[in-house]
Amino acid sequence: MINLISLWAIPVILFVILTMGLIKKVPIYEEFTEGAKDGFKVAVNIIPYLVAIIVGVSMLRASGVIDSLAQFMSPLLHKFMIPVEALPVMIVRSLSGAATLGLFSDIAHHFGPDSYAAKLCAVIVGSSETTFYVLAVYFGSVGIKKVRYAMLTGIIADFIGVVAAVAVCSHYFLPSIG
Amino acid sequence: MNYIFYFLIVISIIAGAVNGKLPDVVNSILTGAELSVKVAFSLIGIMAFWLGMMRIAEKAGLVKLIAKLIKPITKWLFKDIPSDSPALGNVALSFSANALGLANAATPIGLKVMEELQEENKDKESASDAMCVFLAMCTAGFQLVPATVIAILVGAGAKNPTEIIAPTMLVTAIAFLSSIMIAKILGKLWVKQEVKND
Repeated sequence: MINLISLWAIPVILFVILTMGLIKKVPIYEEFTEGAKDGFKVAVNIIPYLVAIIVGVSMLRASGVIDSLAQFMSPLLHKFMIPVEALPVMIVRSLSGAATLGLFSDIAHHFGPDSYAAKLCAVIVGSSETTFYVLAVYFGSVGIKKVRYAMLTGIIADFIGVVAAVAVCSHYFLPSIG
Repeated sequence: MNYIFYFLIVISIIAGAVNGKLPDVVNSILTGAELSVKVAFSLIGIMAFWLGMMRIAEKAGLVKLIAKLIKPITKWLFKDIPSDSPALGNVALSFSANALGLANAATPIGLKVMEELQEENKDKESASDAMCVFLAMCTAGFQLVPATVIAILVGAGAKNPTEIIAPTMLVTAIAFLSSIMIAKILGKLWVKQEVKND
């Protein structure tokens, strides 16, 4: 059912927009090209912000600091029955979408897609967005330099998301695994 | 943002030196920079397409219609934005695109919202409250079906990959609602702090 909605969402949206446009006598072709002109401008506008955030995150990942952090925090993880291999996913998911998916598929293949680690990571990845990327791109596109409390909001919300994922998953999946 | 940028790079250099991974860190500058441009350029086409469609939707009065329908919610979420602004209709579209997992449509619509919110913004270099609330909605990543995640689980041979949908929905809803609440609370605290600093 939900897959069906996902499949039809874009066709239906396009149909409604174009039909409404014609009914209201909007010159749809001219207006489309007029709006589309901004596509290039926006994409170019966000490049400096993307470079800053993506280079920073790439350097951080290459430095191995995330693995060290995972080791450092392992006693705490043990207490909440969080598999150690899930920690890099928890940290990286706010920073880089591609890296998160890479880590997640690594876990799914390495520990098995039916392992608790894979399920926990699946919920974490599925319920989150790459906060830093969104902040950089969205604010960058309109030239905002002071983000005020948006960053803090994103970080706290991500943390709550991870806590919620651990709480929900340990109730939902752990009894069946033992 | 200044401190985060600083710490990202300085911590990477220090940790890279300690871990003996300094060459990797230096190389990652190049690959990261290349990747950023790739990401931006991959956006151009789809961005142009959706911005074109959004312009028709706006001219046809569709965006205004949606804005009217969700007025009770947006009035509370975005106090500073006039209720007839096209931004509010686009907020609803952006939310729907995110919820349906249409990432390709969500970003262009989201950027359009930012542009419209910027018009109402008094200080063009500093984020408005409305922007912060909107970003809270976006960074929480509310999504009904985690299609990519399920695809990866299927690829790895999971027995029952769809069993993660229910817990994911629960968690994403919790994260989404708390994100908006946090933005609202921090918004109040921030204003007080800024008044004090003036």
